Amino acid sequence: MSDLSTHTNDTGRGEKSPLSSHVAPTEALGVTDVRDWIALLKPRVMTLVVFTGMIGLLVAPGHIHPVIAFTAVLCIAVAAGACGAINMWYDRDIDAVMRRTRNRPIPAGRIEAGGALGYGITLAIGAVIVMEVAVNFAAAAVLAISIGFYVFIYTMWLKRRTPQNIVIGGAAGAFPPVIGWAAVTGSVDLIPLVLFAIVFIWTPPHFWSLALWANDDYRRAGVPMLPVVAGAKETRKQIVLYSLLLVPLTLVPWYLGFSGPIYGVSALVLGLGFLACVARVATDKQDAAGVSLTNDAPARAAFKYSILYLFVLFAALAVDRLIG
Amino acid sequence: MMPENPPRPTETEAAELRRRRRGLNLAIIGVLVALAGLFYAITIVKMMQH
Repeated sequence: MSDLSTHTNDTGRGEKSPLSSHVAPTEALGVTDVRDWIALLKPRVMTLVVFTGMIGLLVAPGHIHPVIAFTAVLCIAVAAGACGAINMWYDRDIDAVMRRTRNRPIPAGRIEAGGALGYGITLAIGAVIVMEVAVNFAAAAVLAISIGFYVFIYTMWLKRRTPQNIVIGGAAGAFPPVIGWAAVTGSVDLIPLVLFAIVFIWTPPHFWSLALWANDDYRRAGVPMLPVVAGAKETRKQIVLYSLLLVPLTLVPWYLGFSGPIYGVSALVLGLGFLACVARVATDKQDAAGVSLTNDAPARAAFKYSILYLFVLFAALAVDRLIG
Repeated sequence: MMPENPPRPTETEAAELRRRRRGLNLAIIGVLVALAGLFYAITIVKMMQH
C-alpha cells in the first residue's frame, strides 16, 4: 500500500469549508467534516492500488464468486486507505512544512492526530479480519504483511532515513496484485510475483520523476529523497537505469506463456514510450549541478506518463487473459 | 469563581456545525447499512458454497 501517485493530491480534499480560512474548525466547532475523513484515506492512491488488485484477481486462474471478489477488492481499498490515514498521522510534522501537503486534514487542524491514528488502525484491522473471514487466509496474510510493510518499514523506518526509501518502500505498493491473485487461488505463485516485481521496479522512476520537481518541498521537510541527497544528475541516471530494467521485466508474462500477443505488443509499445519519456528527462536542459532549466517539464511529463503506463499495462494483461 | 463560558458560535458557525453533524451522521449510517448488506450477502454466498 504505497504512496503511489499521492503526490498530485496536494491539499487533502482540496477545498475549504467556509470557516477554514480563518480558524481551525476542529478547535472552533469540535465536529469534523466527513470529507476530511475521506481525504485521510488518500482516495487517489486507492485508485491505483484497487486497480492493480483487481487485475491480480481477474488474471488469476480459477473462479471466485462476484460478492467475494467485491469483498476482496473492498478490503484492499480499505487497507490502502488505512495506510494513508496512519501515514498522515505519522508524517503530520513534515506535511505541515511541505506546500503540497500542508492543507491535509491533520496539519490544517481539521482532524486531531490521535483520531486519525485510531481511524487508520481500526480500518486496517477490520480489512484484514474481513478478508480472512470472507475470502481466505492467504489473501488476509499478504494484506496484513503489506500494511505492516507500508506503515513500519516504509513510513516509520525508511522514509526519513535513506534515499533508497522509495526503492524498498515501493514493495508496499506492489502487493495488491498478489493479494488479488491470492484471493482467487488461495496461494502465491510465480506470476503474481512477476506482477509484484513490475510495480516494484516501476515505483522508483515514477517517484523520482516527481521528486525532481518537488525537490524543494522534500528538502524543506528533511526527507532524504534521492534528488535532495544525491542531486538531480544522479537521480536522472537512476531513473534511466530502473526504466531499462522495467521494460524487459514487463515482457516476462509473455515470455512465460502466461499472456498472449495483446499483452506482449502492448507492453513493448508502452515500454518504448516510457523509455522515450525517460530519455527526455535524462537529456533535459540543465545547469552544471543537473538542475533543470525547463522547470522540469520532461520529469512532469514522465510522472504523468508513468501513471498511465501502469494502468494501461495492467489493463492490457487483463484484456489479454480474458479474450486471448 | 465562575467557570469561563466558551464563546457562543455565530449563526454561520452554528449552521456549519449542523451541516457537519448531519454529514457525519449520514455517512456513518450509510457505512453501517452497506456493511450489514455486505455481510448478509457474504453469509448467503458462503452458505451456498457449502
